[in-house]
Amino acid sequence: MAQTGIGSAEQYNYEIIKKFAIMALVWGLLGMATGVYIAAELAWPALNFNIPEITFGRLRPVHTTLVIFGFGGSALFATSYYVVQRTCQTRLYSDWMAGFTFWGWQTAIVAGVISYVLGYTQSREYAEFEWPIDLIILVTWVLYFTVYIMTVRRRSQPHIYVANWFYIAFILVIALLHIFNNLAVPVSMFSLKSYSLFSGVQDAMTQWWYGHNAVGFFLTAAFLGMMYYFVPKQAGRPVYSYRLSIVHFWSLAFLYMWVGAHHLHWTALPDWTSTLAATFSIMLLLPSWGGMINGIMTLSGAWDKLRTDPIMLFLITSLSFYGMSTFEGPLMSLKSVNALSHYTDWTIGHVHSGALGWVAMVSFGSFYHMVPRLYDTRLYSTRLVYVHFWLATIGILLYITAMWVAGIFQGLMLRSFDDYGNLAYTFVETVVFLHSPYVVRALGGLFFVSGVAVMAYNMIMTIRKARVEAAELDAKLAAKMARI
Amino acid sequence: MPDWMLWITSHGNSKIVALLLFFTTFCAILIYVYTGKERGVRLESYKYMPLQDDETDLNAAGGEEEMHESGKN
Repeated sequence: MAQTGIGSAEQYNYEIIKKFAIMALVWGLLGMATGVYIAAELAWPALNFNIPEITFGRLRPVHTTLVIFGFGGSALFATSYYVVQRTCQTRLYSDWMAGFTFWGWQTAIVAGVISYVLGYTQSREYAEFEWPIDLIILVTWVLYFTVYIMTVRRRSQPHIYVANWFYIAFILVIALLHIFNNLAVPVSMFSLKSYSLFSGVQDAMTQWWYGHNAVGFFLTAAFLGMMYYFVPKQAGRPVYSYRLSIVHFWSLAFLYMWVGAHHLHWTALPDWTSTLAATFSIMLLLPSWGGMINGIMTLSGAWDKLRTDPIMLFLITSLSFYGMSTFEGPLMSLKSVNALSHYTDWTIGHVHSGALGWVAMVSFGSFYHMVPRLYDTRLYSTRLVYVHFWLATIGILLYITAMWVAGIFQGLMLRSFDDYGNLAYTFVETVVFLHSPYVVRALGGLFFVSGVAVMAYNMIMTIRKARVEAAELDAKLAAKMARI
Repeated sequence: MPDWMLWITSHGNSKIVALLLFFTTFCAILIYVYTGKERGVRLESYKYMPLQDDETDLNAAGGEEEMHESGKN
């Protein structure tokens, strides 16, 4: 087995990474299974069983919180702690602080999920946590920032590798977003209920400034940090252009901040704000595709790896989905396209092509690379990685094509007029039309979550294998010592 | 206060001021990154950092040739 792994385990704090990696898989499986269930509820509403706790309205934030913050957040904690230690060649600044970030984050996830099921929500999309949970997240995040920055400060490398820039931007911006979006006045010290400091269109603007920057910095910049480390590592060759990665970082960080208002086209928001957001969204295509090309071109001259390495397949496919969804995003931000796409399932399809295709797949690829190294062993089964890859890919394709069909037709039906200027379809007719795409969407989700179950099995077996190997090694050493 | 400072501080000119500031900064970053042969070589040398951290790791190079099935597969 990899001897350096033993040294690395002493040199670096791997325990915290293992904890976050395991919880990412647990939350991923639970969150995606919840997603499949609520997708099935939309197709077959009887699945509500008239139980308030499992209705779509309550389970939807459970799904989003578990997959974004539970799975995605834990994956980011795990990989960022791995990348910062490996590229700075130093141990994490503080073990107890890192430990606190684990328990703080997991507590917030569990408390959030329980509160949503019981009907407590702040009603801010992707920020449904009530104020006491927001405070737990705040303390956790400050410690995360401290651990990360102090680890970078005591690096033994002269340069801070670009992956860390993306992770630092993610930590900083999420702190900013979390604080301002959640400014609220609690009803009382002992009440979960609070009222936002903002109201009306300012409230909408704040929510989407938060919402889209959460996409930009939580689901994009941070996972680009993952990409800039794990793609070169798995390919065994450096990133295509380091200078392009610098331009990519600064342009992405600058442009993302301005685009949130494209979620509020054709509303009470001033038209110039809407136009500004659409303009910046179009400009955002350049850094997004620059980064995608930089990642994909890392394989330049070694494309054959795609035929033989399923982990590479995950990573490069994730970049392809990243390219696709960052083309679709600017397209949908155009006011004329948005007039058709907004308030339809096209948006849901777009989000999932990014979330499943980019975020989840780059995380899977990174985990398949990282977890065996954490446990100083090799992956249990490469064949299962292939199985996972195809289940995931088929699942995503079913999902997004179903949502394209659903969304575009839904939009067209809602905008159709007859010869007398009356609406050609009633709302119920659009709902009836949506049934078939909803069934296909649930099926796609089922494929995807089955892939995650295969991955979880592969990971459990990998960890078990590592333990058996470690026990055998210990027994051999003990026998050797006894002979001496 | 000089006229040009008054122009900058005028609220109505904030969009142009922001455009000038950010676009100049962006151009400066581009010029910094893509000019200077030695600087270019130095910056590109950093891309090898992830590959320098585990030279003796058996998994290091990635790819199928480094991965093997367990006995059960």
